[in-house]
Amino acid sequence: MQLETGNVVSHDSEGTLYRVLTLELPNISSNAVPGQFVHLRVSALQDAVLRRPFSIYRVDGKNLSILYKNVGRGTSSMCTLRPGDAVNVLGPLGNGFPTAVSSGKFPVLVAGGYGVAPLYFLATRLPVKGVLFVGGARARDILLNDRFKALGWNVCIATEDGSLGTRGRVTEPFDAWIQSLGGDAKPEIFACGPNGMLKALCDRARQGGWNAWISLDRHMGCGVGACLACIQRVVMEGQEVLVRVCKEGPVFESRTIVWEDGNHEA
Amino acid sequence: MKPDLRILLAGVPMKNPVMVASGTFGYGPEYADLVNLNQLGAIVVKGISLEPWKGNRTPRLVEVPGGLINAIGLQNPGVNGFIEKYMPFLRTHDVAVIVNIWGKTAEEYAEVAARFDGVPGVHALEINISCPNIKAGGNAFGTNLDATRLVVSAVRRKTRLPIIPKLAPNVSDIGAFARACEESGADAISLINSFPAMAIDIETRRPILANVTGGLSGPAIHPIAVKLVYEAAKAVKVPLVAIGGITSAREAIEFMIAGASAVAVGTANFTEPLTAIEVIRGLEEYLCRHNIPNVSDLVRSLRL
Repeated sequence: MQLETGNVVSHDSEGTLYRVLTLELPNISSNAVPGQFVHLRVSALQDAVLRRPFSIYRVDGKNLSILYKNVGRGTSSMCTLRPGDAVNVLGPLGNGFPTAVSSGKFPVLVAGGYGVAPLYFLATRLPVKGVLFVGGARARDILLNDRFKALGWNVCIATEDGSLGTRGRVTEPFDAWIQSLGGDAKPEIFACGPNGMLKALCDRARQGGWNAWISLDRHMGCGVGACLACIQRVVMEGQEVLVRVCKEGPVFESRTIVWEDGNHEA
Repeated sequence: MKPDLRILLAGVPMKNPVMVASGTFGYGPEYADLVNLNQLGAIVVKGISLEPWKGNRTPRLVEVPGGLINAIGLQNPGVNGFIEKYMPFLRTHDVAVIVNIWGKTAEEYAEVAARFDGVPGVHALEINISCPNIKAGGNAFGTNLDATRLVVSAVRRKTRLPIIPKLAPNVSDIGAFARACEESGADAISLINSFPAMAIDIETRRPILANVTGGLSGPAIHPIAVKLVYEAAKAVKVPLVAIGGITSAREAIEFMIAGASAVAVGTANFTEPLTAIEVIRGLEEYLCRHNIPNVSDLVRSLRL
């Protein structure tokens, strides 16, 4: 973990709603692993006291990219960043995905919307190729599928309005695929997306006895484990304990998660 | 000439008057990769209670213009958990450690204080009588003069460590509360805690925080804190530790002129973890520029 100020290398649209911000951050880039995140200081937002956390989407040498959607005050002011602008970044933070697949297992990535970003970084580092299930509300929320194909991954798409791929939730093509394998399915799941999707996957992983590594998104403050804002209830060694998503997470093995009403951050 | 930044606060020697505030710096190790802890005046660790405490449900934090509202709810590993897990780390550093303590009753406060008495590496206790986020105790003590006296004197009887009650800002006469602390045996007084506050999601019409209300901190509360420090300084002789919206040396200097002997950086640690280090550097630069040989000469130097 370190503080590094890097210049914007590029800042491009990804589809109609999303943007990719690439920063030159040699130190953070060289230490980053998939599933970790960076905490950006949004300098244009003078009255903001909190940094903004983003999963790492890509690392190319000394350049690090994030994929984001303009959803609020922080991301809105980030949209004005131009090549050459300096951005202060804290990272890499948290614990990422395992970058190996258990022997005999087949990697299955499941993404909701721009939750696909850290899974892309993971796909570039996994030694085996597998299948990506990606879901979203509409076709415009399905990102990076061509990039996954270019890496040699199979891609299954679901949209709620049916504008691309199967109509419905991403769990539907996932379930159909698992069924088609009969009892031979030995997936190792890696997922990032909305809580509802992650919980649905956790239920399936529990029933199937599969490992599922899920990346949680919670309201964060400091990003380093000091403020205790992003608390998650998990089971560790048979005991229910509170852990910090920013420090012990954001990636957890699904069977450790205790889902409760308190997790009402979508 | 290099100005002398060293201070003696409530009998505790510090390299400089710049601390990090309770609840914003964890227990020390969280920021140790980024901040050289040995450069700080003191670390005030997150509030400790007799037994481990789970705190509030999430969401616990929301950013608002100029600050944030938190309702963490004092989650902590309890006295024994803290001493076992964090004191060995803190003892390896050359920095004053002030432990923030809280309880649900005056007896609990006193018991926590008693447990810290004689623990190597603990230099002082900050008494949190002003947390806005727990139902029992907390702000209920800090906004009632009799309860303030009760808690501070109960703690005083149970420890030889210097004690520093932390005042609530939402009182009609801060001077009266500062005096109540001084008369009850406080060695110093810190102020202010976060200001009771609330934010509502207008789409769902629900409170944003699971706890409904929380405490506002950050630059938004700085001018309020300056006024309260100024008034408390008129009321008591014990040294004051000023907290509230410091983001640079300027706010720290303002506090010291208003009457604070030391300051603590809080919310700004989240924005920029090196804020306290920058404040120390900026304070030194200011003293040089104004030919002030000793940082203590700045304290209570307001020109009216």
